[in-house]
Amino acid sequence: MADVKKVATRDSYGNALKELGAVAENLVVLDADLAGATKTGTFQKAYPDRHFDCGIAEANMINVAAGLSTMGLVPFAATFAMFAAGRAYEQVRNTIGYPHLNVKIGATHGGISVGEDGASHQCCEDFALMRTIPGMTVMCPADDVEARQMVKAAYEMEGPVYMRFGRAATPVFHGEDFKFEIGKGEVLQDGADVAIIATGIMVPEAIEAGKALAEAGISARIINMATIKPLDGELVLKAARECGKIVTVEEHSVIGGLGEAVCALVSENCPVPVKRIGVNDEFGHSGPAAALLEQFGLCAKNIVEQTKKLLGK
Amino acid sequence: MTPEEKRSLQLTAVSVREGILTSTHGAKAGHPGGSLSAADMFTYLYFKEMRIDPRNPRWEDRDRFVLSKGHTAPGLYSALAHRGYFPVEDLPTLRHIDSYLQGHPNMNTVPGVDMSTGSLGQGLSAAAGMAKGAKHLGKDINAYSLLGDGELAEGQIWEATMFAAHYKLDNLCIIADINGLQIDGRTRDVMNTEPVDEKFAAFGCDVVKIDGHDFEQIEAAFARFHANKGSGRPTCILMKTTKGKGVSYMEDNAGWHGKAPNDEEYAKGMEELSEARKALEV
Repeated sequence: MADVKKVATRDSYGNALKELGAVAENLVVLDADLAGATKTGTFQKAYPDRHFDCGIAEANMINVAAGLSTMGLVPFAATFAMFAAGRAYEQVRNTIGYPHLNVKIGATHGGISVGEDGASHQCCEDFALMRTIPGMTVMCPADDVEARQMVKAAYEMEGPVYMRFGRAATPVFHGEDFKFEIGKGEVLQDGADVAIIATGIMVPEAIEAGKALAEAGISARIINMATIKPLDGELVLKAARECGKIVTVEEHSVIGGLGEAVCALVSENCPVPVKRIGVNDEFGHSGPAAALLEQFGLCAKNIVEQTKKLLGK
Repeated sequence: MTPEEKRSLQLTAVSVREGILTSTHGAKAGHPGGSLSAADMFTYLYFKEMRIDPRNPRWEDRDRFVLSKGHTAPGLYSALAHRGYFPVEDLPTLRHIDSYLQGHPNMNTVPGVDMSTGSLGQGLSAAAGMAKGAKHLGKDINAYSLLGDGELAEGQIWEATMFAAHYKLDNLCIIADINGLQIDGRTRDVMNTEPVDEKFAAFGCDVVKIDGHDFEQIEAAFARFHANKGSGRPTCILMKTTKGKGVSYMEDNAGWHGKAPNDEEYAKGMEELSEARKALEV
């Protein structure tokens, strides 16, 4: 995919905030000394009066956002996924989730593609943590086009939202005519032998895997599941009924993320074999993003292998 | 403050204390000690200090109050009920399975509650967010937050105070209830937070130390808060209080942090408060 345009979804986040800022006067942005990395600096440059840096104090930032939201403002709070979902979990749970406040959390640097910073910064637990909070919408865009629309959709909906954006530049495969909708999965390629349900930067890998599987005579349905909660149950169960086997792919622990959400749904409603591809209950380590993704099996090659194995081929 | 006004506030505070006993007795649980220590402050805030409208609890230009020490919900609920936000008769349903009066404040079920709290250390940040929001919107709205002295061990309190000073939130009033006790014993033994005044001053606040049971001193402290407008400094009122104030057997006793009075204790406490009312009415 060398000739394909690549954009990191954290850049999409910053750009979308800036664009939205022009029309949404009640939008304010908070950061915790990472505006350069989370790309809220793009918004800050355009609207310095609406960007509040909270310093390296994520717990405080999350609750300041809660307070701001009760004043009729729509705060987008940004930091790395590790600190937004991890360090500030209880602040999100008790002071945003419990009162169901209109706060949007934009968490960047999710997953092991953070790369060289190593395991301390490679958050592979955020979907799991955020999914457990009642009323929380949890999303992860697959590319630049989807990420930008997701930010707007999050602004337009009422209630708490957690969005995970990536550090590494990844392929843009959606056209500008794409229409994102919260809670709706997207069938990128139809197929009948197996359904591959992926989220975030694993979606382009799933598309690649789909092509390789087709060459091997396997018809794979490729689904982009950008909204992890609420899960598009209708689409997942349709895939379970029509394809009979499911592979899930996420740059996240196999515990508590998209894979387990899919397993829970199908096991109660339409039991079919499911193979979860993700980080297997282990910490990451330092290295270049692409090499790490390959090492941890978060790549088209491993999706093809695991899918064939699931199908007994 | 006229003697008549002072007497009126003192009488209201007796009613607020009665509500604290009635609700925790009805709940057979809850936190009377720290509710009683802050009863005079709750009274002053809701009957004198804040711009509020009990008929319109969500009036957008109202002053905001965040009970960072959320476990003293019985004190807040009693003040709200007596101020007319909901029926005083509902207080005994505190913590009941079908009651809107949750064990810790819930902004979505209890009229007049501006922020859900209960997990210590978080409320002040939310109040700072409200104060920042008011300033951002160019509105003359004050945010008040009441903290416990045990709660000062939470690191987030200091993150929030730093934020308030950095953003010059002179419309934020931090009130710390220094009753010297927390669940496990004397605050100085469990986790010494002194010198509290020097800490808040070092973090950029104008610190006012008062007797939290003296309405004239409370009034003077808020006058200073209002005078601080334009200075860019948040105000921090450190009020020395007696935990369990007004109910003899609860006073200065950590055992009454989170325990409800039984029938006999309730009757005795209500009698003492009734005596206090009679003394004020003479």
